[in-house]
Amino acid sequence: MSKTPPAKPVEQDARIGVYVCHCGLNIAQSVDCTKIAQDIAEVDGVIISKDIVYACSEPGQQAIKQDIIDNGLDRLVIASCSPRLHEPTFKKMAEAAGVNPYMVDMANLREQCSWVHMNDRDNATAKAETLVNMAIARVRQLEPLYEDTLPLTQKTLVIGGGIAGIQAALDLADSGYDVTLVEKNASIGGIMAQIDKTFPTMDCSI
Amino acid sequence: MTDAGRHPRIKLLTLSEVVDVKGYVGNFKVKIIKKARYVDETSCTACGDCAKVCPVVRPDEFNMGLGSRKAIYSPFPQAVPSSYLINAKECLGHNPAVCSKCVEVCAKGCINFHMSDEEIVEEVGTIIVATGLQPYDPTEMDEYGYTRFDNVLTSLEFERLVNASGPTKGSLIRPSDRNHPKSVGFIQCVGSRSATKGGHYCSNICCMNTIKSSFIIKEHYPDVEVKVFYIDIRAFGKGFEDLYTRSRRMGTQYIRGLPGSVEETENGSLRVAVENAATGTLEFHELDMLVLAQGMKPAPSTQRLQEIMGLQLTSDGFYLEAHPKLQPVDAATRGIFFAGCAEGPKDIKEAVTQASAAAMRAIRLMHKGEINTEPITSTIIVEKCKACGKCAEVCPYNAISVDVKAKKPAVVNSAACAGCGTCSAECRFDAISMNHFTDAQLMGQVDTMLAVEPESKILAFACNWCSYAGADYAGVSRLQYPANVHLIRVMCSGRVDEKFIWEGFRQGAPVILVSGCHIGDCHYIDANHWTEKRVERIHKKMEKIGLRPERLQLEWISAAEGIRFAETMRRMERLRQSVTAEEIAETQNILTKL
Repeated sequence: MSKTPPAKPVEQDARIGVYVCHCGLNIAQSVDCTKIAQDIAEVDGVIISKDIVYACSEPGQQAIKQDIIDNGLDRLVIASCSPRLHEPTFKKMAEAAGVNPYMVDMANLREQCSWVHMNDRDNATAKAETLVNMAIARVRQLEPLYEDTLPLTQKTLVIGGGIAGIQAALDLADSGYDVTLVEKNASIGGIMAQIDKTFPTMDCSI
Repeated sequence: MTDAGRHPRIKLLTLSEVVDVKGYVGNFKVKIIKKARYVDETSCTACGDCAKVCPVVRPDEFNMGLGSRKAIYSPFPQAVPSSYLINAKECLGHNPAVCSKCVEVCAKGCINFHMSDEEIVEEVGTIIVATGLQPYDPTEMDEYGYTRFDNVLTSLEFERLVNASGPTKGSLIRPSDRNHPKSVGFIQCVGSRSATKGGHYCSNICCMNTIKSSFIIKEHYPDVEVKVFYIDIRAFGKGFEDLYTRSRRMGTQYIRGLPGSVEETENGSLRVAVENAATGTLEFHELDMLVLAQGMKPAPSTQRLQEIMGLQLTSDGFYLEAHPKLQPVDAATRGIFFAGCAEGPKDIKEAVTQASAAAMRAIRLMHKGEINTEPITSTIIVEKCKACGKCAEVCPYNAISVDVKAKKPAVVNSAACAGCGTCSAECRFDAISMNHFTDAQLMGQVDTMLAVEPESKILAFACNWCSYAGADYAGVSRLQYPANVHLIRVMCSGRVDEKFIWEGFRQGAPVILVSGCHIGDCHYIDANHWTEKRVERIHKKMEKIGLRPERLQLEWISAAEGIRFAETMRRMERLRQSVTAEEIAETQNILTKL
């Protein structure tokens, strides 16, 4: 068996992995995820480009992690839902596979594409591809960052002494945390204290 | 209540209001004003001797004005802290020479007219906002005659009337003549589900509260006729439907239709005109007493606290959670949580559940005793810094210090920096790099977006907290808008550098949108003021060099304004269509020459 030396990875070049998530049919019904993944595979620096049914699922994350390890990926584009939802998920996933969590970017193909251009598959697909390319441009420029830790005061301020404020204060205090409970009236109790019987069990409120 | 009052770990501050919140997650500094009680709450035993001699009689708020109290009083028998207080505005003895009868009889000497408001500063790691609700005031619904007719009550007034500890000790009587009513009517959705008066939302609890009230009446006075006028009965919770069925079985009549008018008869009863939607006929009902099932409004302090803490509100005026399903008790600001009706109308069970959840979220954040901070902060590029001091001027957190006189480069305190990026956008010398949102990272997105057919695209910058979230909300609501809109996310609109705009136009963008939180709602205190100033500045320059200023739009879109986002995008598309290929070419020509 002849041994051919593997192509040398160029250290300074970005090694990007791109994952286009179907989110079941949430994205895939308005966006041609497979086509995008194929097109993106040709982009310079993209080592892997795949479409994936649920990127956030356990098998989805496992597959991405394995790709990172097998291919030495150093940055990722996850084209799926809003980063406001799953950015923490994918940051943790990257970290677990040895990639700095700040080397990940998300293209928002669900909230800001498939769900808002539902009957416009061609244009939604074109837009999605542009969004993925924009994210690739961004990840090329990303730099690893490191979180810092700060001291924290283990104490809670509860504003409002109605039933919710009282319950929150008691749960915290019983768990060993100091609480300051601020109430604008002269007594705690709020509106609940004014009520006699409560539904559905008709028991007393105080 | 008493558990909370005597818990060694709970410091209870009543008659107190939060007036300022500074700092960030883990390290908030809260200023509280505690108003003078004029009675030492630690030594008062609530014996009540003082109130007996007090000559000032006032309506009792706890009993909704159906009873009376003195100027020195305990809010209600089970009050916590169990201490009297003086309403200084009502008290004659504030000048002790005038009265001071209470001082004379107080054996323990608890009363002190010289007490003054106290300012307290608390340092805390997390904050739970549980500011509750305000019952809707139905006075404006003139057709129901509340305040005009004595025997028209709100549900909370009715509650006090049938309460064993209330002004009548639970005896159901009419306010006008103290007779027992033979018939009681309930009108549902008062201030709820209305496009014109109160809120357009369902207040959640009024149906069940009325069903409960019907029970209380029927249990004590089986002969009293009870009629409920409703749109639909929403008995959606565990055990609710059962209670509703039992209420019907006990004889409460449910009449589908909200009354159009209420008139008072000679004997103080009420004549209610209603179109019964089940039969399609106009009916008149004469009732001895009428109860208005008032809806819930956000507490009056909601907006003030929202401004102090930089929180977001829904269009209904309740606090907006970070995510409606996955983070239902978190505020978008880390370290702040919601509990109870502050977040939206809910019943006691739900409020308690949410409060426990909020406590758990707070513990989850605090238990390690330290917190991780995001490294999304600004960095000074020392070689380029000219020590002009602009960055220190614009930083909302005073996180940058510059010694302008000594020409020493700026220094960032990264613990105080919240990462808005306004300094980086305002620096004329490109001497500040905003980590994770660098010029190169953002321009990479602009360049890529405009690389192919730029004339067909809309370039939009959106801040993470409001506008980008508003775009997500449009998505969740499936609001459709043109597919040529491409959003670039920044943490704050204050990050949108002038050069991004010029470069966008130079590369052929027909229109550009900068969007952020409404003025006053900025997640970074007031960084969006600089966005506004910057856009004004660019507009002036555009005019000067011969570009139509309206091609750059500035729009404030909150996280709850999905509709506004979609509408703005449609407007941007109309604007884009007004930009011709020649205009774009000319713009590119002008900007390349500059």
